[in-house]
Amino acid sequence: MSRGPQLDRRSFLASVAAVGGALTLGFDIPFGPPAVRASARASEITAWIVVAPDDSVVIRVAKSEMGQGASTALPMLVAEELECDWSKVKAEFVAPEENRKRDRIWGNMSTGASRSISASQNELRRAGATAREMLLAAAAARWNVPAGECAAARSVITHRPSGRTVTFGEVAAAAAKVAPPGPVKLKDPKDWTLIGTPQRRFDVADKITGKPIYAIDVRLPDMLYAAIVQCPVFKGTLKAVDETKLAGMKGIRRVIAHADAVAVVADSWWRAKKAAEALRITWDPGAGADVSSAAIRDLLHAALSADDARVGRRDGDVDRALAGAATRIEADYEVPFLGHATMEPQNCTARVTADLVEVWAPTQDGETALAVAADAAGVAPDKVVVHKMSLGCGFGRRGMFQDFVRQAVLIAKEVGQPVKLVWTREEDIRHDFYRPVAAVRMTAGFDAGGAPIAWKIRTAGQSIIAAISPRVMQFGVDRNFLQGLLEDMPYDVPNYLVDFAMRNTHVPVGVWRSVNHSQNAFFKESFIDEMAHAAGADPYRFRRNLLRKSPKDLAVLDAAAGKAGWDAPAPPGVFRGIAHHRSQSSICTQVVEASVASDGKLHVHRVVSAIDPGHVVNPLTVELQTEGAIVYGLSAALYGEISIKDGRVEQSNFNDYPVLQMAETPQVETVIAASGGFWGGVGETPVPPLAPALCNAIFAATGKRIRSLPLKNHDLRNA
Amino acid sequence: MATLTVNGVTHDVDVDSDTPLLWVLRDTLGLMGTKYGCGIARCGACTVHLDGNPIRSCALPVSAIAGRAITTIEGLEPNGALSAVQRAWLDLDVPQCGYCQSGMIMAVTALLEDKPKPSDAEIDAAITNICRCGTYQRIRAAIHAVAARRVSEVR
Repeated sequence: MSRGPQLDRRSFLASVAAVGGALTLGFDIPFGPPAVRASARASEITAWIVVAPDDSVVIRVAKSEMGQGASTALPMLVAEELECDWSKVKAEFVAPEENRKRDRIWGNMSTGASRSISASQNELRRAGATAREMLLAAAAARWNVPAGECAAARSVITHRPSGRTVTFGEVAAAAAKVAPPGPVKLKDPKDWTLIGTPQRRFDVADKITGKPIYAIDVRLPDMLYAAIVQCPVFKGTLKAVDETKLAGMKGIRRVIAHADAVAVVADSWWRAKKAAEALRITWDPGAGADVSSAAIRDLLHAALSADDARVGRRDGDVDRALAGAATRIEADYEVPFLGHATMEPQNCTARVTADLVEVWAPTQDGETALAVAADAAGVAPDKVVVHKMSLGCGFGRRGMFQDFVRQAVLIAKEVGQPVKLVWTREEDIRHDFYRPVAAVRMTAGFDAGGAPIAWKIRTAGQSIIAAISPRVMQFGVDRNFLQGLLEDMPYDVPNYLVDFAMRNTHVPVGVWRSVNHSQNAFFKESFIDEMAHAAGADPYRFRRNLLRKSPKDLAVLDAAAGKAGWDAPAPPGVFRGIAHHRSQSSICTQVVEASVASDGKLHVHRVVSAIDPGHVVNPLTVELQTEGAIVYGLSAALYGEISIKDGRVEQSNFNDYPVLQMAETPQVETVIAASGGFWGGVGETPVPPLAPALCNAIFAATGKRIRSLPLKNHDLRNA
Repeated sequence: MATLTVNGVTHDVDVDSDTPLLWVLRDTLGLMGTKYGCGIARCGACTVHLDGNPIRSCALPVSAIAGRAITTIEGLEPNGALSAVQRAWLDLDVPQCGYCQSGMIMAVTALLEDKPKPSDAEIDAAITNICRCGTYQRIRAAIHAVAARRVSEVR
């Protein structure tokens, strides 16, 4: 494996010192306007690239880093075309306020949906090629030769006829003054030398030495600390706060009432938290007060036979085909709400002065953080600065809704001093934007020969889009809710219908790693296993037959089955399950090997995960994300359940919302079956197949068909 | 007022006696490498060494540990060097978001001092820290690499 560039601690520390010691980030030149960063010594060559006289190259990253490796993979796209020496590259986050000032020259900063590479690759490769042409033009002008006689490699420009050379750093200042060329030609993928090679991530060194790179680590002069208690019933409001018990508590500065929360500000977070817990708060719980998980389940079950569903995809005539089928099977499935439980609880530090609002936030979208901060402070966006920090996990929790930013700004404005707001884990678990509940009724029909001729899917559940962006609803259909069941449902069944009966609750919902794919893959891939068994077919070959017209799906399915040794016997007592799902424009098949002991204890031994994301930028990232996604999916499959009682979340912390630990982690084998020709995502794609592949293995082991999650609610002992 | 020795330096800290060690480290001493994850000693993000033993500092009142020696991630190696565990973390590209990794490294360091060649079962029993990014497989491999002395020497 090649060695990636290392962070330059000295210049990093110098830059921190220059801004007062408060700002910290694992990149070379953390913050501040580019005019300052690209000082007299370094030159901006396109908005994305800064080259210094010593040949060091700063490549700017508009997306957030939450462990997914975007801050390394995105610069690789630039460097490939720039032809710079990768060991001299450093990454730098774009500041949201700079993006706003420069008419969003760095594009959309929202980081999610596994789209960082696919949505940026074209512009980043063009930026690299454009800068390379500008550097070549500057060198050619210096030598008074045609630019076409010059070539760049590893940050050195060579005039081929004479053999003269000059480095990027030596012509950077001149190149910055060259007019950018028109359309540039990008490399043929077969000529890539950096893209597709495993590269160490830039951010690892800081993360093993405890550097203060997260928002929760920010320390400012005169900073106070805030803890918050939010109305336990969603959409409820605050009625009254009794501060009597705070009498005599030390260090308490303010108790601040919000519409649906109370914050306590103190001179330490521990004191603020203790005081917040000592408050006697009276809430108006509102209309959600008597909602329970049982009632939500009844609502969804009734929707499975309701007549208000909207069609998402219809092929042929499914009802007629079912009526004429030789055999039929039907099954209902359901899944609960899930929380994100990012390792770093929600937090934000804010400083509000007459002239400026500053926030330090763990944000998946710095532009939304800026807009939320401006709105909360009641100032124009040009009065806001957002310091994007490394995120202690994201998983979709910190993009669209930046409730923690709003709260911190409101508190800091009220107090008139910088305030660091940190949620307790209990607040974090109970005030999330949860993965929606969902239920389905699956019906399949077979002809006399056992071939599937009809597949009908009725879905019911809560729509994210209805809550956040109703205008995106298409003819009343939330197509997001049907992810994986629409045109991206790859199985060839002639009569197919999927529809959606929307049933929204008072529980806030949001995007959760892979959004609706994780629910729908569980439903689809479990039921197609049922179809295979009903047809008396091997689950792998049954899928294979239905994918025979989709060569890319077939290749991934075969890659996983081959690596897993599907046709060879599993170790004694071990059983295999398989699942296949497209998401985030990529294709993934997983084979899970599991055993179930006589006491019902489940052991997941091994997961083989094959993925085709089209082009691969950093294969190391693909492996890391696959390993992580399987742990994430397995946590959800085994334990994940947010339940509602009296309108509020019953779980509170990792004791009652458990997640996977070391001892339960299977061996993960990643197969990169990249076919090229498209740009798919990686970070989410290996999540959805995990639960169904596992449940299909459990069926193989026990004959028990799991139709609801999590598995902790099922008795797997032999009946 | 409490007296603490952290990374070899003795501090008198003016905090409430029930303040967990975690918040003294972070908010009083400014050692931000030790993280808050749960507050109930469940996730291990706050793991530090107390007289060489791994403990979860988020639920340990500072009054309970007066005079004892505490080591945090910042004090793991002197002069900015990297320990063998940290070098294995680099070699195997362990961290993703990184938030839990200080606690992981402290827990693993203590395990390896106790058991230089731990079995998988011993690793499973000792390392109960939570990583939501799911880096467990690489952590296990890194532990075995340190045990087998297969770690890069220079960084």
